Amino acid sequence: MKEKTQVNDIDRSMYDFRFENKDAYKVHEGLTPAIVEQISKEKKDPAWMEQFRLQALQIYNQMPFPDWGPAIDGLQMDNIVTYVRPNTKMSAKWSEVPAEIKDTFERLGIPQAERKSLAGVGAQFDSELVYHNVKAEVAALGVVYTDLESALHGEYAEMIQKHFMKLVTPRDHKFAALHGAVWSGGSFVYVPPGVSVEIPLQSYFRLNAPGAGQFEHTLIIVDEGAYLHFIEGCSAPKYNVANLHAGCVELYVGKNAKLRYSTIENWSKNMYNLNTKRAKVEDGGVIEWVSGSFGSHVSYLYPMSILAGKGARAEFTGITFAGKGQNLDTGTKVVHNAPETSSYVNTRSISKDGGISTFRSSVVVNRNAENSKSAVSCQSLMLDDISRSDTIPAMDIRTNKADVGHEAKIGRISDEAVFYLMSRGISEEDARAMIVSGFADNVSKELPLEYAVEMNNLIRIEMKGSIG
Amino acid sequence: MSRKLLEINGLKVNVADKQILHGVDLAVGSGETHVLMGPNGAGKSTLGYAVMGDPRYTVTEGTVVFDGRDITAENADVRAKAGIFLSFQNPIEVPGISLSNFIRSALEQRTGKRVKLWEFRKELKAAMEILEMDPAYADRDLNVGFSGGEKKKAEILQLLMLKPSLAILDETDSGLDVDAVRTVSVGIKEYQKNKNASLLIITHSTRILEALHVDATHVLADGQMIASGDASLVEEINNHGFEQFLAR
Repeated sequence: MKEKTQVNDIDRSMYDFRFENKDAYKVHEGLTPAIVEQISKEKKDPAWMEQFRLQALQIYNQMPFPDWGPAIDGLQMDNIVTYVRPNTKMSAKWSEVPAEIKDTFERLGIPQAERKSLAGVGAQFDSELVYHNVKAEVAALGVVYTDLESALHGEYAEMIQKHFMKLVTPRDHKFAALHGAVWSGGSFVYVPPGVSVEIPLQSYFRLNAPGAGQFEHTLIIVDEGAYLHFIEGCSAPKYNVANLHAGCVELYVGKNAKLRYSTIENWSKNMYNLNTKRAKVEDGGVIEWVSGSFGSHVSYLYPMSILAGKGARAEFTGITFAGKGQNLDTGTKVVHNAPETSSYVNTRSISKDGGISTFRSSVVVNRNAENSKSAVSCQSLMLDDISRSDTIPAMDIRTNKADVGHEAKIGRISDEAVFYLMSRGISEEDARAMIVSGFADNVSKELPLEYAVEMNNLIRIEMKGSIG
Repeated sequence: MSRKLLEINGLKVNVADKQILHGVDLAVGSGETHVLMGPNGAGKSTLGYAVMGDPRYTVTEGTVVFDGRDITAENADVRAKAGIFLSFQNPIEVPGISLSNFIRSALEQRTGKRVKLWEFRKELKAAMEILEMDPAYADRDLNVGFSGGEKKKAEILQLLMLKPSLAILDETDSGLDVDAVRTVSVGIKEYQKNKNASLLIITHSTRILEALHVDATHVLADGQMIASGDASLVEEINNHGFEQFLAR
């Protein structure tokens, strides 16, 4: 009697286009010191960086693969081409970017986004930044937004040497070590003391070559009393070869400074997303993470906030949507390492079509972090009986002068709620999409408008034909 | 009787394989107000949900005809678009969608047209004033954290905004204090102002009916209609309870 619709794989055609490869340069598949040296030479690294890479490679070879999260057996490191450079030099003008690459970004709506008054866009095509532009008025404030490679040779070289992989060291885990050895591309942002960047800076990452790993490094330093909103978006077309993303993000938030770091990740569904993000916050500073994970086959993603100064604050708002064939292990880590620090974690996860979504959090309140506060709230929604949702919160509280709370809710879309909406004239499909969008609302309202729209579209696409 | 709007013929309804309604007949004419009374567990709400098309209520026999069309097999959204509305006894909380956006989406889906925001907000504000609702509720998540009284008012607000041709009110007065019942009653009266507006009021108290015009009263007990009459039947039940009907 009831209408049933077929459950279809979602329409990713908008993201799943790609171009013929015309790579100027490709290194051998697999990883040896010779390859790392080759990368270093090709990139004209300073001597310290070459040493750094080789040391990281050694660590990589010594460290075991993680054995506690989703399986990564499908990832054959010997097959990953670690470094692919597109056939172009960095360009400051959109018109100079090669047509194919430009077309890719046009289709993803990136330059349009920039035209909508974003302060700057850095777009990385495979491993190099191909397009870079910072609006003059932002640059006039002394704000630096550039690719990391050129920054290594410019006036900020010392600053980079002082901060590069100091928050996330190669010893952190195997993929951090890999990143240290082969990192390529990424952004460097410096906001001088007291400067408030009123419009967001945006970067967009995209993987195009089959089997290519992307190891971009983002280093952002927001100096005392400054403010920045940085938006990172990721996407990759679909290939049969497993793709690896092992990027690294290091954020330094100075005294009374504030950084908002927003990400929408929509990697293709064969991607292994093993990304590491970390922020260190000084006295009175604030880090705000907004994180949306929609794509990838497997994700390990736990942005970490180190509250190093008195009164530092971290907020983490996240949403994860795991569909068919996806195992997304996401969450956050917070370390309270100074008095009167506070952290607020608010996440939503949705699983569907056999997708697995795991929320993992770790909150550490050290002995010196007296009068600190932490509140963690995570809610999960499973859209059918074959999907899975887990919550793994960990807390390590070493002072009794702290206020720590955690709440978790796991639920399903109730038939009652669907009927309630339908009784007002809303179709079943729309009713379900409405409930899921509503569930995600706390995250979408944190996003800039065009991203909120994109996220709602993604939810609609995912929900289409999901009625059984 | 005026033109028949709702016709329920020999309706048998199961909930989880247990028969609750054992063959119920009921006809509501266009513009009429009917009252459905009966002791607890009689199946009154079941009738309301079955007419609205809740999939948890299975019709095993009989038909529901609305506006001359057999809707027994239709989904709830189709019935709603045809003009049926159900005010829930326990309205559902839906986080992340505001009351106002919800009503607007429902209106757009019912009419297939875009609803102009400015006019919509104006009409919504006027309806909220009738119901003595704080305008701030329009931007709050649908029923989330509303008191029992506010939830019922929000149901009547939807009734006033969606303007169905038949409204089924399931125990809208239950759990409300005297003032709230009066306010809700004012809202229902406002709905009745449209001469084609029909009502099926399910209740087991008579407070909500005091200020309303009633055309017919029905008594349901143990899944069967056991009595029907005019408005005076309400008074009789008020004075003597259901005993006399059950004894027959």
